[in-house]
Amino acid sequence: MTVATFQADAADTMPLDKIDVSNPDLHQQDIVGAYFKRLRNEDPVHYCAESAYGPYWSVTKYNDIMHVDTNHHIYSSEAGLGGIVIDDSLQNGGGEEGGISFSNFISMDPPRHDEQRKTVSPIVAPANLAKLESTIRERVCRVLDSLPVGKEFNWVDAVSIELTTQMLATLFDFPFEERRKLTRWSDVATSAPGGGIVDTWEQRTQELMECGFYFQNLWNERVNAKEPGSDLISMLAHSPATRNMPPEEFLGNLLLLIVGGNDTTRNSMTGGVLAFHKNPNEFAKLKANPALIDSAVPEIIRWQTPLPHMRRTAVADTELGGKTIRKGDKVIMWYLSGNRDETAIDRPDEFIIDRARPRQHLSFGFGIHRCVGNRLAEMQLRILWEEILARFSRIEVLGEPQRVRSNFVRGYATLPVRLHA
Amino acid sequence: MTRVSFVEAGGKIHAVDVESGISAMEAAVRNNVPGIDGDCGGAAACATCHVHVDPSWIGKTGPAREGMEKDMLEFAEDVQETSRLACQIKLTSDLDGLILRLPEKQH
Repeated sequence: MTVATFQADAADTMPLDKIDVSNPDLHQQDIVGAYFKRLRNEDPVHYCAESAYGPYWSVTKYNDIMHVDTNHHIYSSEAGLGGIVIDDSLQNGGGEEGGISFSNFISMDPPRHDEQRKTVSPIVAPANLAKLESTIRERVCRVLDSLPVGKEFNWVDAVSIELTTQMLATLFDFPFEERRKLTRWSDVATSAPGGGIVDTWEQRTQELMECGFYFQNLWNERVNAKEPGSDLISMLAHSPATRNMPPEEFLGNLLLLIVGGNDTTRNSMTGGVLAFHKNPNEFAKLKANPALIDSAVPEIIRWQTPLPHMRRTAVADTELGGKTIRKGDKVIMWYLSGNRDETAIDRPDEFIIDRARPRQHLSFGFGIHRCVGNRLAEMQLRILWEEILARFSRIEVLGEPQRVRSNFVRGYATLPVRLHA
Repeated sequence: MTRVSFVEAGGKIHAVDVESGISAMEAAVRNNVPGIDGDCGGAAACATCHVHVDPSWIGKTGPAREGMEKDMLEFAEDVQETSRLACQIKLTSDLDGLILRLPEKQH
């Protein structure tokens, strides 16, 4: 019996109250799905009394998740209550004295959330996306043309990280040669010690401070420019809603955009390769009819679900799925589970690129915090697959991917592949 | 049956006849009207079915309602006083002939 089947059996036999789907090992081994399935069937709004992150509720069904996401007056995102991640320490830097804490619009409630979001959203609005398309395509082509054909390489580093990082550097008008700093800061911001990225909270704080100083310099350069640039930092520096932001809020919003634009699309870029490798019939369908890219892209994003959860904190006693949630309780919306909910999505475990209504998935969240960059993410993936189809007959996956140990980012460190001309 | 006309930003008209009682978003999606995505399936939770109600009809549809509909329209593009989320407009028989104009892009 393999470890994986042993664990899957455990998912079916373990007492319900012992199930803890926040355990990052279950995510790294990609076996958490069996636990989610059990919860959806037997206890869809589930209380876990003891975990590494304290007690929390798991919301596992599509419609219940939609309910939480659209009732922001009851389910708060406010940083001071714990923010949007199950692990409070990612919000407050481990709770140590001198630990770094940051705040940004994803971890705010209205009205502050609304003001700050509106400052950022024009950069990913349709009109601006149209302007970005040719730049993105040019860079995708350059990266794909530089890849070796017939030789093994790591898709994650050569393509997924490279492309998302270039995109971010463009949005920030960040010094292009130093762009990998963005990748590093994104990884650091979403990592607690022990996950393989940083060793201590001190080290994490140190690196994020460096990030803050770096961006402070860019801000200073741009805030005094006579003609404000169209990049994100200039937008933040010149908008009335954000120009007087305290430094930790400036850093918080930058990290939000770095993580939002980096850890997510990066892993969908890798996930798509893996999904097509495991489903060769779907790849054949796509090659026969490239117009299916439009529906394949949201299907990849659903299948991957790059962010498995978002967290809320109840600000009043309330009912959910027959359970009483108390004021102050931590409530986790497991998007990864909702995206596999058989009562909301037809054949949810299958990767089907020509589904009816493929965009009805939870990966971007819903409600006022819905991913602001969702159309940019879709555009990046669409262009990537258009250009892959124009060049390669197949992307062969040569081994299992190495997954990251996290319940917040469903990601890959490596995916060995070989391209076929 | 209720007739509703969706007018694209470029002027192209899609007139569809649908059973009364469904939402204007459903009417558009079922008839493949481009520009109405309806990602959230009708929960007023994504604002991808934003429309401008023709001024001659706004009295009958009413303006956007307090709560999620207004909250979501806060973040849509090109929002006007006649802006609504099509998923929140129920096509009753007194809306027969309704004209809805589409913004340039949904976001």
